[in-house]
Amino acid sequence: MRAVTSKQQDVAGSGGTGGAGAARKLNGYVGFSNYPNQQHRRSIKRGFNFTMMVVGESGLGKTTLINTLFESKVYPASDSAGDGSPRGTGAAAAVVPPAGVDITSVSADIVESGVKLRLSVVDAPGFGDAINNDEAWRPILENIESRFDAYLAQENRVNRSKISDNRVNALLYFIKPTGHGLRAIDIEFMKNLHTRVNLVPIIARADTLAPREVELFKAKVLADINYHGIQIFKPVSDQFDDPETVADNRAIAAKIPFAVVGSDRFVDRADGAKVRGRSYPWGVIEVENEDHNDFVALRQMLLRTHTEELRDETDVALYESYRTQKLLALGHVQDGSVFREFNPRARHEEEERLHAAKMHKLETEMAAVFKQKVQEKEDKLKKSEEELHSRHKQMKTVLEKQRRDLEDKRSRLGLPDAVGTAPAASAGTVGVSFVDPAQRNAVSKDKKKNRFF
Amino acid sequence: MTAPEGQDYVGFDTITQQMERKFLKRGFNLNVILVGESGMGKSTLVNSIFTTHLVDSQGRRTAQEVIRKTTEISPVTQTLEENGVRVRLTIIDTPGFGDQCNNEGCWVPVIKYIKDQHAAYLARELKPFRDRIINDTRVHACLYFLNPGSRGLRPLDVEVLKRLTEVTNVIPVIAKSDSMTSDERTLFKRRVKEEMAFHRISTYPYTSDDDDEEDRMLNASIRDLIPFAVVGSEETIDVDGTSVRGRRHGWGVINIFDESHCDFVHLRNFMLRTHLSDLVEVTAQRHYEQFRTSQLRQIKELRDQQSAAAAAGVLPGAVVPQPPTAPLPHQPVAQV
Repeated sequence: MRAVTSKQQDVAGSGGTGGAGAARKLNGYVGFSNYPNQQHRRSIKRGFNFTMMVVGESGLGKTTLINTLFESKVYPASDSAGDGSPRGTGAAAAVVPPAGVDITSVSADIVESGVKLRLSVVDAPGFGDAINNDEAWRPILENIESRFDAYLAQENRVNRSKISDNRVNALLYFIKPTGHGLRAIDIEFMKNLHTRVNLVPIIARADTLAPREVELFKAKVLADINYHGIQIFKPVSDQFDDPETVADNRAIAAKIPFAVVGSDRFVDRADGAKVRGRSYPWGVIEVENEDHNDFVALRQMLLRTHTEELRDETDVALYESYRTQKLLALGHVQDGSVFREFNPRARHEEEERLHAAKMHKLETEMAAVFKQKVQEKEDKLKKSEEELHSRHKQMKTVLEKQRRDLEDKRSRLGLPDAVGTAPAASAGTVGVSFVDPAQRNAVSKDKKKNRFF
Repeated sequence: MTAPEGQDYVGFDTITQQMERKFLKRGFNLNVILVGESGMGKSTLVNSIFTTHLVDSQGRRTAQEVIRKTTEISPVTQTLEENGVRVRLTIIDTPGFGDQCNNEGCWVPVIKYIKDQHAAYLARELKPFRDRIINDTRVHACLYFLNPGSRGLRPLDVEVLKRLTEVTNVIPVIAKSDSMTSDERTLFKRRVKEEMAFHRISTYPYTSDDDDEEDRMLNASIRDLIPFAVVGSEETIDVDGTSVRGRRHGWGVINIFDESHCDFVHLRNFMLRTHLSDLVEVTAQRHYEQFRTSQLRQIKELRDQQSAAAAAGVLPGAVVPQPPTAPLPHQPVAQV
């Protein structure tokens, strides 16, 4: 345990990244490897949810395939030849044109080895059956997005203890086995839905294609998918898988898109055994024979190995991207600061730094303000000083003028100058009574001249 | 002929030989149009029926090829010869039919083509100096390809069939029927016939009053089989030493000539061995005549209108239209 304590000091500094790199080997059995088992037991108690959607034109065998996958009549098959009862009573009822695309849902609780699965299958009858199928994909997309919305609303509730998850985990899209690649309606559909749901393309009624034709058709379909940038669900292996699982995953991935045949009936094989399959005059095709079709691989991926990955992908990638887009569209703004790690000391230091910075800023601000005020005051004082000066000057000139006027008047009247009232600048006294006007003028001019120097 | 050359023998029974000789010399035309979505097996079926590679599939080969936005009409003419009899076979393919998301009006080019051929024939017939043998480009048969496994006719099928059966002989066919078991096939055929009766779609062969007992029985058996559930193949496969034309699956081999496997033999016999001349005749007598009647009536109306207008002085110097020397301006859009 010493190792642990010595690391404690680093925890704050390294920000919680302790443990990156080679895992330490223990010297004895601790027991936390039992954790997955505890998880396992808890999830078994809780049970699983799995919602699957099937989309394709009528007559491609969707209903039969669902019934085959779950080995029970999840859907009551309408119009199978075995029933012998055509839909409706006669031709009049049979030719009602499909009024757009419906969305129907069937749920079943299935138990196997104590594991409870709440399976929901959503069907879209009427897809692609009309003459104008331009918007056939829209009701399906809206249904998927409304399930996301419902989950989002539940996530935002105050009390979140009970969240029911009915988001679509996988969408099986049925492709007609034309041999010529994808049709316009297929491409339209997939382009509009591949970012919202795990797309699992399926080649329906594969018993019409010979083995070589199947390969060619699969290649063409994949070429079309790549060309249009459509994302389909592919099982990937990560570093934790053992080589056997990796090989299995690769084998399954190589078969995508799966070419399947479904059957909810048992037929007799040539050697007398009863198998699930279809009986033709030229032979019997077995649903569970891997040489005959890819049904086994599809079931493996969907139910036995990649169920959790499908659910995870829905929750982590598809739902999250939908949520992000929706919230951004509603005007939320991302605040990046919430992502920094919580570290008390660093936070404290940071706060201090911020505080100090703030104080410093305040100080500089105040100094600047002070300086500014001082400057203002100085300017004001200077201005008033100048004003006073000029007023003083003005007053002086006025006074001088008055004095001169007085002097003039006096000299005109012939009175002697008032003593002491003459400004100091007079060079020649004006004490003589009878002054010659010319002289007087000259004197006054002198006086004037002298004064102004 | 090897009839007793007695006094009472007139000899007009040699007319059949004379007609045969004429046919040998002249040969004849057969025009078949294939209507169906891409990937239904049209080209393969035609190549199987005539046991030679006559037409290439017009489907999309690479992802870069753009899906056609309209229905194109591509006729391919070849001359086939068998036992001295020559036939100028024209196969008209319709790539782009029913391939888009919105298929409204995808049948318009097809109907227009068929009517154009009738119009061309009528134009040549109406000429003052006309050829002794008019090259017959009228469509004698239309193979309409149904989707296997659908619950009967789709809305698109109903729309198109209603219009096609008015202008040509329509033979409904399921080309890739190797994905239907026998029970499913029977059920599907019954459903299709019910729906066609409901929509009053009448396909070839038609009932007519001057059929004799033998013809009637034959027609009834043919009508029973409609739509023909066939499988096409251009390859021959080795099965236990014998080479058969068929398809090899992992679970069995389909022999297209085996009647228990599919209706191919019936379709081929029906089209080529028993009803070939009937197809040509019915086209001439029923569809062409209907077209001709309606066209001439239209011309008459047009003429009446114009002469009335000219009489009223609205169109001074109106020219009464002469019998047209060019293909008539029939209005396909209004009528389809």
